[in-house]
Amino acid sequence: MADGPHAAAHDAHDAPRELRHHFVDMEAQQEASALGMWIFLVTEVLFFGGMFTAYVIYRASYTRAFEGASNLLDLKLGAFNTAVLILSSLTMALAVWAGQQGKKNLIVLFLTATILLGGTFLGVKVIEYKQKFVHHEVPGPHFVVPEGLPRQSEMFFSLYFCMTGLHALHMVIGIGLLLWLIARARRGDFTPRYNTPVDMVGLYWHFVDIVWIFLFPLLYLLGRHTL
Amino acid sequence: MRRNESDNTHGHGSPGAYFAVFTALMVLTAVTLWAAYQHLGIWNTPLALSIATAKTVMVALIFMHLRSSPKLTAIVVATSIVFLAFLILITLSDYLTRPWLSIYGR
Repeated sequence: MADGPHAAAHDAHDAPRELRHHFVDMEAQQEASALGMWIFLVTEVLFFGGMFTAYVIYRASYTRAFEGASNLLDLKLGAFNTAVLILSSLTMALAVWAGQQGKKNLIVLFLTATILLGGTFLGVKVIEYKQKFVHHEVPGPHFVVPEGLPRQSEMFFSLYFCMTGLHALHMVIGIGLLLWLIARARRGDFTPRYNTPVDMVGLYWHFVDIVWIFLFPLLYLLGRHTL
Repeated sequence: MRRNESDNTHGHGSPGAYFAVFTALMVLTAVTLWAAYQHLGIWNTPLALSIATAKTVMVALIFMHLRSSPKLTAIVVATSIVFLAFLILITLSDYLTRPWLSIYGR
């Protein structure tokens, strides 16, 4: 803690190569990165928040249409994807842990598992989207109002595609970041002293998981009690 | 010892805690699935959102290391919740009170 000017001067000579000169030490640098990442995530909360607000308003206005349309979603696939995403958060947390230990092979192993799980999620999403196209439940000129439902069910599907689509886009970006991390990990960039990128991508990945934790009950479960 | 060396374990979770959170998240997912089919009147959605919030708190505290992060980070996170509440509540204060004036939609 109390370093004094001597320690600082000493530091200037053999500072870690990952340490930018404007930070006192690695911990200060890591904390600044984490704070910046969290602030970015705050903007993401508000980004998704706009859609959640639209959802709340239209659901309050057209409750029956929303409940009926929601029951047309494939709950088995949705629940499976929820489990897959939670498992991917576990492997991501373990990758961050491995990064803190500087265990190169474990980092690569856990990051690869996270990518495979993220890919599984997106694959299932493709199957779900395809079903919607086949059943004419995609908003637009080919939309057919499901039998017995108010026409505002189209609004539910608009929000469903916007919200899950934006979420899926975040997953695709996340997988890209994970591939970049694997390349860096294999190069031996991450040590117990420096593993900030793994940590930051971890924060992002968990945030995307949290978005799904809310999307799942709001999109798939809202009308099940009416069945 | 330098801070970054002596505090090597700062902010680190343990795999044990991660597996515990993972198990809890899976259990809560099962609970929310079960609860969705119960006839709880207006309480179905509040219950589902409460479970989702509980899951979020666990992910944030343990997976995202919020528990061992500086207070400043907690303030930033709290800010996001406050502004999200502003966004939703103030918008709803408009939409939900329109019928009161019998000029709905105008």
